[in-house]
Amino acid sequence: MSDERKKIEKAVTQDYDLGFSVDIEEEKAPAGLNEEIIVYLSKKKNEPEWMLKKRLQAYKIWKKMKEPHWAHIKYDPIDYQSISYYAAPKKRPKTLEEVDPEILRAYEKLGIPLEEQKQLAGVAVDAVFDSVSVATTFKEKLKEVGIIFCSISEAIRDYPDLVQKYMFSVVPMSDNFFAALNSAVFTDGTFVYVPKGVKCPLELSTYFRINAQNTGQFERTLIIADEGSYVSYNEGCSAPMRDENQLHAAVVELIALKDAHIKYSTIQNWYPGDEKGVGGIYNFVTKRGLCAGERSKISWTQVETGSAITWKYPSCILKGDESVGEFYSVAITTRAQQADTGTKMIHIGKNSSSTIISKGISAMRGQNSYRGQVKIHASASGARNYSECDSLLIGDKCGAHTFPYLESKNASATIEHEATTSKISDEQLFYLRQRGLKEEDAVSMIVHGFCKEVLSNLPMEFAAEAKDLLNLTLEGSVG
Amino acid sequence: MIKIESLKAAIGGKEILKGLDLEIKKGKVHAIMGPNGAGKSTLSKAITGHYEVEITGGDILYKGESITKMEPELRALKGIFMSFQNPVEVPGVTNAYFLREALNAKMEFEGKEPLNPADFLRMAREYCEILGMDPKMLNRSLNVGFSGGEKKRNEILQMLILKPDFIILDEIDSGLDIDALKAVSQGINRLRNADRSFLIITHYSRILEYVKPDYVHILKDGRVTKTGDYSIVKDIEERGYSEIGERL
Repeated sequence: MSDERKKIEKAVTQDYDLGFSVDIEEEKAPAGLNEEIIVYLSKKKNEPEWMLKKRLQAYKIWKKMKEPHWAHIKYDPIDYQSISYYAAPKKRPKTLEEVDPEILRAYEKLGIPLEEQKQLAGVAVDAVFDSVSVATTFKEKLKEVGIIFCSISEAIRDYPDLVQKYMFSVVPMSDNFFAALNSAVFTDGTFVYVPKGVKCPLELSTYFRINAQNTGQFERTLIIADEGSYVSYNEGCSAPMRDENQLHAAVVELIALKDAHIKYSTIQNWYPGDEKGVGGIYNFVTKRGLCAGERSKISWTQVETGSAITWKYPSCILKGDESVGEFYSVAITTRAQQADTGTKMIHIGKNSSSTIISKGISAMRGQNSYRGQVKIHASASGARNYSECDSLLIGDKCGAHTFPYLESKNASATIEHEATTSKISDEQLFYLRQRGLKEEDAVSMIVHGFCKEVLSNLPMEFAAEAKDLLNLTLEGSVG
Repeated sequence: MIKIESLKAAIGGKEILKGLDLEIKKGKVHAIMGPNGAGKSTLSKAITGHYEVEITGGDILYKGESITKMEPELRALKGIFMSFQNPVEVPGVTNAYFLREALNAKMEFEGKEPLNPADFLRMAREYCEILGMDPKMLNRSLNVGFSGGEKKRNEILQMLILKPDFIILDEIDSGLDIDALKAVSQGINRLRNADRSFLIITHYSRILEYVKPDYVHILKDGRVTKTGDYSIVKDIEERGYSEIGERL
């Protein structure tokens, strides 16, 4: 309980725990988006000609597209010409020793001391600070088993065959407005390739951090698990406090070949904005996995606590026979946060199966929507889906909404959908308080109980982090 | 232990306690009996700080300190415990986790080191045995799917673990079969000592055969109308509340 008390004291004195920004020299492109900027960006990154061509192609597609507005969210129009599409720390370190001490301090403040991470329990960190990877660890160890774990920029230069084969194969550049924008201007991200039969011995993880004022972040992640391989990848985020809205439009593509298993876990804690939602991150993400081979499996687990707006539907295309897709999600909205999140499970392969467990928590004036699609193609005989969408309301000014879309073209498929909405009751709180628990602790206990099924799917260290984050997020939302 | 002075309390604007006086002595077991609607549960809610109760007059002193404006958790940490008539369900929170958190909160409040998980579990299992509870219930979600009897036993389990100074047992005997009643009574008697006080709120005299009270009070229409020893119980059994009320 003393930790708990410290946490609360901390939260009382600091409005947003991770809301600090570090003063580092930045190299920044002028605001605005046009072909010249894309050429500049591509050049800065020493990209091969084919990549530049792809970017320009995506830019042309994007220019013709319209920003989508079907989601249950409201925000002021985004001025895409006022955003700077490239920012990079000036010094490019080759080793950790060369990393700007300011950056290392920022990581330490975030609780991820990079130096210690090297020795600490098997977590390799490909640290993305702003747009360019500044440090990569554990690379050698992974290389021993043939795993490629590097920034996407490096992969474009060093592994062009793999990148050309798989990039845009799951999320085409024309997929949606934000995916097209990302395809044109993505600055960096992570690339992972796990060779045939290799079980990745470490939890791979990347911490993203938005730092440059007025700079949109356009991450691009590509993970390929070759036949019979396994990889667990953790993505965790936090951002410094800002007055302007920051656009974030990431694309993540996962490919699982025959008998491969990818576990992708996310903790998203970007600045949510103040009580009125001012200054929070706009998070428009396209995440999709392709279960390409037989018995392949992709599991998405996400804990979404941050951002002013979350627009995110990690999905699985279950192409392989007997392939498995999973989606476990906790989304919390407090203050004036809006989340429209869920998943798509597209069943193509025979006996493919999918599980969706979504837990939405709304407090204060938060609006939380679950949007999920289960689509069973005619080819997917014996396909199965189980969906469970639960909402928990704290207070009476928040909202929870559920938009399930079910479509089956094969009569042998089984689809189950369950949904509940509950409220933290005064009686529950009183019961726990009568046993000596502070109101905040009582709320946190009820919330953790509610999210248990999802949190138990997170890797252990990540689960502890998620727990702390839930507590911090919900502080002040009751009473 | 507890001194209640002309307490007036309302629920939803309706005055239920109308100037109640009651003193509960250290180391003693007090029983409060009374007909439905007399204000028995309102009294326990007033002592524990339930959100529905509005104190409109008088005072409650606990160990010499007024507690009417104190947060419920602080009252609990200072040693006031109430067993609930209908304990709420908390899905996903295991009984063991909840019990340990509650105990640790108390230990921290008292400036003591928290119990390590192994010792805690050993203690919890031992108490389960005393109460005739399957230790597997420790791993179940708090009160979720518990039968009426299981919920009551679980309340007593919490009491045994937290070892409070002042214990209110609100209708702990209702809906219990004879085995459960004996087990629950055994749990209560185990905690009886010279420093601890009990307030047993009941409609029936059944439990008082197993947990013998030192004092018995009759509550009627928001006031304590009679105080005496165990012999009052016999009176009620023979003549019922209304007659006793009339006689008073």
